[in-house]
Amino acid sequence: MRLLTHNFLASNVRGVSTGYPLALEVAKSSIKEVELNADFLRGILPKLDWRALVAAASAAGFPDLLAAEQPQEAELFADGAADAEGSAIRRLHHALLEIHVDEGALVCPDSGRSFPILKGVPNMLLHEDEVRH
Amino acid sequence: MWYLCVFYHRLLDYRRPEVESLAELFGGPGAGDAVEWRLLENHHADSPFHLVRLPGDERLAAQIANRSLLVKGIYELWGHGATYDELEKAIKEYPDERKLPYLTPESSFKIIVDSFGKVISFEEQNEIIKGFTYIPFEGRVNLKKPDHKFFVLETDDYGSQNGLPPVAQKTVFFGREVGAADRHLLPTYQLKSRKYIGPTAMDCEMAFLMANQGLARPGKLVYDPFVGTGSILVAAAHFGAMTMGADIDIRVVRDGRGPDCNIWSNFEQYKLPEPLCVLRADNNLPPWRPGLKEIFDAIICDPPYGVRAGGRKSGGRKLLKGIIPPYTVPDEKRENHIPSTAPYSLAECVHDLLHLAARMLVIGGRLVFFYPVLRDDDVADVAKFPEHPCFKLVASCEQILSLRYSRVLLTMVKVEPYTEEIEKMGEERHQEFRENHQKWMEEGNLHSAVFSPAEQDGKPKFDKDSKPKYRGKYV
Repeated sequence: MRLLTHNFLASNVRGVSTGYPLALEVAKSSIKEVELNADFLRGILPKLDWRALVAAASAAGFPDLLAAEQPQEAELFADGAADAEGSAIRRLHHALLEIHVDEGALVCPDSGRSFPILKGVPNMLLHEDEVRH
Repeated sequence: MWYLCVFYHRLLDYRRPEVESLAELFGGPGAGDAVEWRLLENHHADSPFHLVRLPGDERLAAQIANRSLLVKGIYELWGHGATYDELEKAIKEYPDERKLPYLTPESSFKIIVDSFGKVISFEEQNEIIKGFTYIPFEGRVNLKKPDHKFFVLETDDYGSQNGLPPVAQKTVFFGREVGAADRHLLPTYQLKSRKYIGPTAMDCEMAFLMANQGLARPGKLVYDPFVGTGSILVAAAHFGAMTMGADIDIRVVRDGRGPDCNIWSNFEQYKLPEPLCVLRADNNLPPWRPGLKEIFDAIICDPPYGVRAGGRKSGGRKLLKGIIPPYTVPDEKRENHIPSTAPYSLAECVHDLLHLAARMLVIGGRLVFFYPVLRDDDVADVAKFPEHPCFKLVASCEQILSLRYSRVLLTMVKVEPYTEEIEKMGEERHQEFRENHQKWMEEGNLHSAVFSPAEQDGKPKFDKDSKPKYRGKYV
């Protein structure tokens, strides 16, 4: 599971109002390189919850990868930034798409319900007694 | 400019919408609506020969043809006629300034004879090609890599053989090829050589058509909420889109049939970038965080509508009926507990899909999905498709599957924003489904309609002969 996915997910257990952001527990992680696509990042940037992303990166073992505050678009998409080693956009790309959580869990902040991640696939299915009616 | 668009004689309903979608993809917003069609006199709509007016220049026409699956070729038509004499007259009348640039001494060319509904022998083809001495070709002939390809296309006055309703007269076309489909990707991606497939894996040609309807391309994000073995996302990824998928069945999304035979290996097999995310989730209770919306550019899927594979959602059947109280899972069993699921009726499934798409698609994003239609005689003509205030239906393409039912590929564009009002309406309807689940489960049970006994009260329910003999939508 990439951190991008983590950024989109919430717990929808019965009785929980927000269930977000999910705490990330990492037992096993890996890095897989992916080609950077600036258009994709530009589109997804306004949808991101930056704080949750920073927290997730930190939980995955990269506490200093991202700035605490979301960088300006102008800085991220400056000419040549995509090719410059260590630029803000490269770090964002790395955090969102290249860090994989292979095993671990997503924990609901309200109920403490833990959603397991196995073989990189988070299991968000609810038990019978957690489904809202 | 007007072109001659020649289609493969397949999936007839899907052909024009594919061209329109690709026009939108390469020509920008509105280009799809700007496409105009015309039929030649005495030609049936199922004929492979259509005249099309495309916005933009020849490059756009080439891009459309090269990306499509169903366009055999798009041609600049130099002339056509019922006989070769009429053709000669038409070509001579075609303006020189359109012809001469392609006949220069520096260029190479090739003439190809093709036909529909008849066979032309090699000798006859040579005779036909020799007949074009009245066109002042000055370039060299190059059969392998010509600069310009010219096509002679002949179609007979159809008898009953080729499966089309008769048109009145034979037609010969002469044109210069602008672009043609690359169907080589079909043998590459065919299901029989794919490592991991399931019983409802999408045929690769159809998956590519769906990806085209969904305008899949680099930088776009495509989501399939019923991902299964990923066959639709493979097609979207081939066209460069980023992909995401979810499924309620943990076996397909996580385990597959082993470490080298699973959803990930399907992408690896074709050297495609793997999905951004695959998760196990219930489309009836999607786990997206509150406030998250408009992140997908397309949602492309084949929902489980209960004929081949039944849909499932969270909650046991007895639980939802209220026969048993909610089962409380003991703490020590939570870890590996397998929650029970209940059948997911078509009506609810489609409602959830439209609601999800309204929320999660960007404005202008596309929802592409199959919708089953019973071919009952009394309802066949007034097939009603699902509607949603956020969406405009842009294409509906039927594919007949059996005497009793067919499936229709619906393409919808999100034209209105997802407002609080629409969100509330969706929630209420969601609740209504939850409360009246019994009714929805029984109503519209497609499986029983499709598989019910052939005879009722001694009368065959479906009479083979009552349906017209010609059913082009079968091809």
